[in-house]
Amino acid sequence: MDVLGHYNYWISIVLMMAGFYMVIARANLIKQLVGLNVFQTAVFLLYITMSKVEGGTAPIVAEGFTIYSNPLPSVLILTAIVVAVSTTAVALAIIVRIKEAYGTVEEDEIMRQNEE
Amino acid sequence: MIALHLPALQVVIPLVAAALCALLRRGVWAWLFVTAVTWVAFAIALTLLAKVTAEGVLTYQMGGWAAPWGIEYRIDRLNALVLVIVSGIGALVAPSLYHSVQREVAPESQPLFYTAFLLALTGYLGITITGDAFNLYVFLEIASLASYTLVALGRDRRALAAAYQYLVLGTIGATFILIGVGLLYMMTGTLNMVDLAVRIAEVGPNRTVRAAFAFIVIGTGLKLAMFPLHAWLPNAYTYAPSVVSAFLAATATKVGVYMLLRLVFGVFGAEFAYTLMPLGEILIVFALIAIIVGSLVAIFQRNLKRMLAYSSIAQIGYMALGIGLANLDGMIGGIVHLFNHAVMKCTLFLALACVFYRTGAVDLETIRGLGRRMPWTIGAFTVAGFSLVGVPMTVGFVSKWYLLTAAVERGLWPIAVVIVGASLLALIYIWRVVEAAYFQPPRDGASDVVEAPVAMVAPMIVLAAACLYFGLDTRFTVDVARGAAIQLLGIGS
Repeated sequence: MDVLGHYNYWISIVLMMAGFYMVIARANLIKQLVGLNVFQTAVFLLYITMSKVEGGTAPIVAEGFTIYSNPLPSVLILTAIVVAVSTTAVALAIIVRIKEAYGTVEEDEIMRQNEE
Repeated sequence: MIALHLPALQVVIPLVAAALCALLRRGVWAWLFVTAVTWVAFAIALTLLAKVTAEGVLTYQMGGWAAPWGIEYRIDRLNALVLVIVSGIGALVAPSLYHSVQREVAPESQPLFYTAFLLALTGYLGITITGDAFNLYVFLEIASLASYTLVALGRDRRALAAAYQYLVLGTIGATFILIGVGLLYMMTGTLNMVDLAVRIAEVGPNRTVRAAFAFIVIGTGLKLAMFPLHAWLPNAYTYAPSVVSAFLAATATKVGVYMLLRLVFGVFGAEFAYTLMPLGEILIVFALIAIIVGSLVAIFQRNLKRMLAYSSIAQIGYMALGIGLANLDGMIGGIVHLFNHAVMKCTLFLALACVFYRTGAVDLETIRGLGRRMPWTIGAFTVAGFSLVGVPMTVGFVSKWYLLTAAVERGLWPIAVVIVGASLLALIYIWRVVEAAYFQPPRDGASDVVEAPVAMVAPMIVLAAACLYFGLDTRFTVDVARGAAIQLLGIGS
C-alpha cells in the first residue's frame, strides 16, 4: 500500500476535512464561511493535483518537450474559482444584512433571538 | 434555422434576459418582461418535448465542438418533461409576481428580484438540459446562488438566517457533486455523461468509482432535501417571499431529483446502483422515515407555509421511494409524482401567496372564514390539497397508485401500508385548513378581505385545473414517464 506516494491527495483530503469541520463546529458565521472556502479550495487542489504528469511541462508546444500536464482540470477549476468567489460574495452580503438585522453574527445568538 | 438552435435558446434566452432585466429599473416593466420571457421559454420546452416524443433523443453541440470534447446538450424524454415542468411553473408563477413582490419585497430590491428570478430559471433549465457533468455543476451554482438571493429577499429578518443556512448546506452539496465529478474524471478522462457511462463500464466498479457514487448521491441528496439532509428546507420555504416558495417548491427539489436520476442511472447505470451499491435499500429506509415524520410534523404546524414545507419533505420521500423500489412501476410513480407534486405544491403556495397578499399572514388563525371571502383562492387550495392527499380523480392518486402497485409487486406490504397511512396524515393537515376556511367564523377585522387580484388568481386556477385534468387523463404524464423509466432502468420495452 503506497500511502506516502499519494501525499498530494492526503494534503487535499486533510484540508477538505479541516474546512468541513470548521463549517460544522463554528458558531460564528464568518468563521463558517472561512471553513467553507477552505473546503472548496481543497477540492480545487484535488482537481489540480490529478492533472499533474510527473516530469510534464505546461501544455505549450515547444521543441524538446514531449510530456505535458493535462490542462483541462486547471481550466475547469478556473470556472469553479469564479463560482466560489461569487458564493463568498453572496454569503458576505447576507452576513452584512444579518448583522444589521440581528446585531450579531453568532449563530446561537441569532437562534436565541428567533425564538423570542 | 432557429428550430435547430432551440436547445441552446432554451437556456440562452432567460440568461440574456436576466442581464437586460437588471437594466429595467421600473418594477412593472421588469415584471412584464419576465412574464414574456418565461412564456417564450415554456413554448420552447413544449416544442422540444414534442420533437423528442416524435423523433427520439435530440443532441446539440454547443458552439459546434464535437461531443466528448465540447459541451453537449442532450434531450431525451426525461429531461424534456422536466424542462416543461420548470419552464411551465416559471410561466405560471411569473404573472403572480408583480402584486406579491410589491407586498413582500422591499421597494429598492424589487427590480433586482426579477433578475434573480430569471437567473434561477436559467440555472434550473441549464441543469436539466445539459449532457456534461461539469456544466451541470456550473448551472447548479447559478441556480443556487439566485435561489439564496430570492430567499434572502423575504421581509422577515429570519429569511436572512434561513438563506445563509441554505447557502452553507447548498454549497456543501454542490461541492460534494464537484468532488464526485472530479473522481470520475480521474478514472475516465471525460466529462460527457454518455461517454462517462461507457467508460465507467470499462473501468469497472473500483473503489474510486464507488466513492464518486457516494459523493454524488449525498450531494444531490442535500440539493433535493432528502431526509436526513433536509435541514435547510423548512426555514427557507417559510420565510422566503410566498411566490419564491411556490417557484422553489415546484422546481428546485424537482430538478434535484432529476439530477439524482440522471447522474445515478445515466452515468453509473441501474445495475451499479442497485446491485453493487445499496442505493435501493438506503432510499427506501430514508424515504419511509421522511414520509412518516414529514407528515406528522406538518400536522402540528400553525404557520401554513411551514406546514407545506414539511409536507414537501414527505412528498420528496414518495419520489425517493419510487426510485428505491427499483422496478418499472416504482420508477414511473416517482417520475409522475415529480410532475404531479410540482403542480400541486405550486398551487398550494400560490394560494397562500394570495392569502398573504390580502391578510398579511398565513397561519391557521388568519385563514379562518376566508372560504366565502376568497372563494377562488380557497377553492384552489382545497383542490390541490385533496390532490396532495391522493383522492381519486386527482393527480396525487395517479402517482400513489403506481407506488402502491410497485410496493405490492415487490411483496413489500409494510410499505404499501405506510403509503396509505401517510395519505391519512396528509388528510389531517389539509383538512384542518379546509375546515378553518369554510366552517369557522372569520376572525375580527377580516370583514373587508376580498379576492386577490386576477393576475394572482388566474395562474392558480390554471394549476388547480391541471391537478384535476392530469388526474383524469393520465396518458400524457404516464406515457412520458414510462418511456423515461424504461430508458433509466435499461430494460427492453
